[in-house]
Amino acid sequence: MASSKLLSQPRWFRFLPRNLSNVRLFSDLPSQLPVSEPQNSIESKSNNRFSKPSSTPSSLKEPELAKFSAIADTWWDSEGPFKPLHIMNPTRLAFIRSTLCRHFGKDPLCARPFEGLRIIDVGCGGGILSEPLARMGAAVTGIDAVEKNIKIARLHANLDPTTSTIEYCCTTAEKLVDEQRKFDAVVALEVIEHVADPAEFCKSLAALTVHEGATVVSTINRSMRSYATAIVAAEYLLQWNLYGYYPWNKHDIAVASELPKGTHEWSSFLTPEELTMILKRASIDVKEMAGFVYNPLTGRWSLSDDISVNFIAFGTKEN
Amino acid sequence: MMNRIVARNFGSNVYRLRIPWRPFSNDAASNLSSSNAGNPTKEGEGQQYDIAIVGGGMVGLALACSLASRPLTKHLNVAIIDSNPALGRNHFIKKEDLPDPRVSTVTPATISFFKDIGAWQYVERHRHAYFDKMQVWDYTGLGYTKYNARDANKEVLGCVVENKVLLSSLLSCVQDTDLQKKIYPSRLTSMSILPNSSSLEEDSTASETVLFTHGRLAKLELEDGHSVYAKLVVGADGGKSRVRELAGFRTTGWNYSQNAIICTVEHAVENHCAWQRFLPAGPIALLPIGDKFSNIVWTMNPKESSEFKSVTEDDFLKAVNHALDYGYGPHPTSSLLGNGDIFSWFKGDITMSAHDCFEVPPKVAKLASERMVFPLSLRHASDYASKRVVLIGDAAHTVHPLAGQGVNLGFGDASTLSNIISEGIAVGTDIGEVSLLKKYEADRKPANVMMMAVLDGFQKAYSVDFGPLNILRAAAFHGAHYISPLKKSIISYASGEHRLPLFS
Repeated sequence: MASSKLLSQPRWFRFLPRNLSNVRLFSDLPSQLPVSEPQNSIESKSNNRFSKPSSTPSSLKEPELAKFSAIADTWWDSEGPFKPLHIMNPTRLAFIRSTLCRHFGKDPLCARPFEGLRIIDVGCGGGILSEPLARMGAAVTGIDAVEKNIKIARLHANLDPTTSTIEYCCTTAEKLVDEQRKFDAVVALEVIEHVADPAEFCKSLAALTVHEGATVVSTINRSMRSYATAIVAAEYLLQWNLYGYYPWNKHDIAVASELPKGTHEWSSFLTPEELTMILKRASIDVKEMAGFVYNPLTGRWSLSDDISVNFIAFGTKEN
Repeated sequence: MMNRIVARNFGSNVYRLRIPWRPFSNDAASNLSSSNAGNPTKEGEGQQYDIAIVGGGMVGLALACSLASRPLTKHLNVAIIDSNPALGRNHFIKKEDLPDPRVSTVTPATISFFKDIGAWQYVERHRHAYFDKMQVWDYTGLGYTKYNARDANKEVLGCVVENKVLLSSLLSCVQDTDLQKKIYPSRLTSMSILPNSSSLEEDSTASETVLFTHGRLAKLELEDGHSVYAKLVVGADGGKSRVRELAGFRTTGWNYSQNAIICTVEHAVENHCAWQRFLPAGPIALLPIGDKFSNIVWTMNPKESSEFKSVTEDDFLKAVNHALDYGYGPHPTSSLLGNGDIFSWFKGDITMSAHDCFEVPPKVAKLASERMVFPLSLRHASDYASKRVVLIGDAAHTVHPLAGQGVNLGFGDASTLSNIISEGIAVGTDIGEVSLLKKYEADRKPANVMMMAVLDGFQKAYSVDFGPLNILRAAAFHGAHYISPLKKSIISYASGEHRLPLFS
């Protein structure tokens, strides 16, 4: 079965609590992060260090913070190693903006159209999607299973008054479902391809969405074209498929290059039809879908009807 | 001192700001700084803005108007930094004033931009002159071209407007909008932008100084002691841009060994046509301003320009009439290359103006202003944008005036930049992000460079008096005159409607 095969590989699953190989790869990270008691009283069921729900790690020392601060700078450098992610971001946001404005009846000519909406960014990484959403007026919660990412996101967002209100948590979608959190819009971009059980993941996303709320999922298509793209751009795409939210040092890169490249992951990609189907089973009705197309001449991404490589789907929750 | 406190309280309303500033308005900036030695602004306490436009000239104000006219940007907080006292004063232009020799020819594209931002209505209240005909010829007598707006199915080829009219129209326009703005009547002395870094604090502290030290705001220091913080700094401060210098943008360019003499002249009859004759040392242009006045732009080498500036009025007028008429060479006839018959296979529909004969421009009767002399140069910034800084207008590119394009390129920059900022805000981008600003650069730089190259090419082609080249030029004149698709393209390109096919 696909998921057990995937489980046996050392993989960068952010939502797979049992995969302790992640610990080895963050060689510079102390193995136990001192965290404060979670604000809410729900205990984490898993022993895994990476799924402790915590809003802010408050007792880190100065040198620790300085290290994270430097890592955050690399992550957020739009000309740096995570450039592809930064270049693609405005295009994803354009889709989210148009679908959500239409769905919630917001004025698209308003500078802060998401005022009053609660949005959750699942797999937020360093906050590249959360920050613009906050600038557009939303009350944003960003979650990621990797503590490092949450730290980066927190330090970066603190400075801008419009983004310092973002709530970042190191947790998983499933845990939030247990806490019975609800959001007007649930956004999970480039996450589902890393999840062991996409169907369960979609159910969690649906459970986090209020009735008649919106769910947006983006991923890579399992098509011949995406396979070819993965092989051709293997080195670059490796960072990207792994969703580059991991700060790279030499050790990380050395280990990463031993990991299987795009091919194994490719078999676990979803086609648009499959995604629509699992979302439907989770009572999310997919209303719109678009593809992302990269123009190497202009160096820019645009939305198109071509869903053969990267695509994004917008759905609404009906009961 | 009281005025400064009053001014700070009325920070965002420029109309009320005018009155308190009047006593300072005719000072040199140095007087201001000494009188404010003990000003009540606390050390380190600056004002924070979304955009700081350095340079409140035509292009800077056009950007402000454009931002005010778009739904996604009209809520932005804008600072305008310019030591020009005219910005703080209510500018009344009297109808009886003689036309100022500093004029610009605005293209139809600029006119529609002005209409979009709501500034053209103010221009129409003052003197302005549409023209729909143009004649271009040279001293060799080998050819000429007449352009008519109807050739390209347009109403006008352009409109000649005094710069002071454009400036005051844009100022009135921006003051009538709801845009939050503050004018700083001072000069920029220093600017610093630090690299982005993340906070070392767990809690958020959002003071300006912290935001600045982490690269989220640029800090501008003014001569009068104010500090201004902004997410984006726009350099609209002209050919000798301080912003460009402080930001470290490299420029390339050269000085043409030419100066331009400009002045206003009067005719006995109305002039409705734009005339340009290429002489051995440079072109002379006669542009209608309205009310029987015209503007002269005469390009020549520096020695001659100082001579012409100092001769008597009568001698100068004689020289001008001579240059426009039989000076330096004969009137063109069409006989050299026939009546365009050799182009008949290429003609397509014949344009109206192809049948127009050569005309001599109206005689210049009187000099109506002082003669001003300016050196000409070409300058181009290698980049238009870097982190939190962007250049528009002459700060980014300076061109030869021979086609009257200069300020139109600047207005194009302002329009594009405000569009890009609007798109950035739509998707929640930080407006000082380099990747956003580079989109503006990618849009404008090729078009501007192309225009500069074309103008530079003309300048070089017409400054050589060499038989075969003269014939080629004549052929070019004839071609432009008789080949209608070419003429339509030329008119469209010069009107700012299209880019050259390379970019469309």
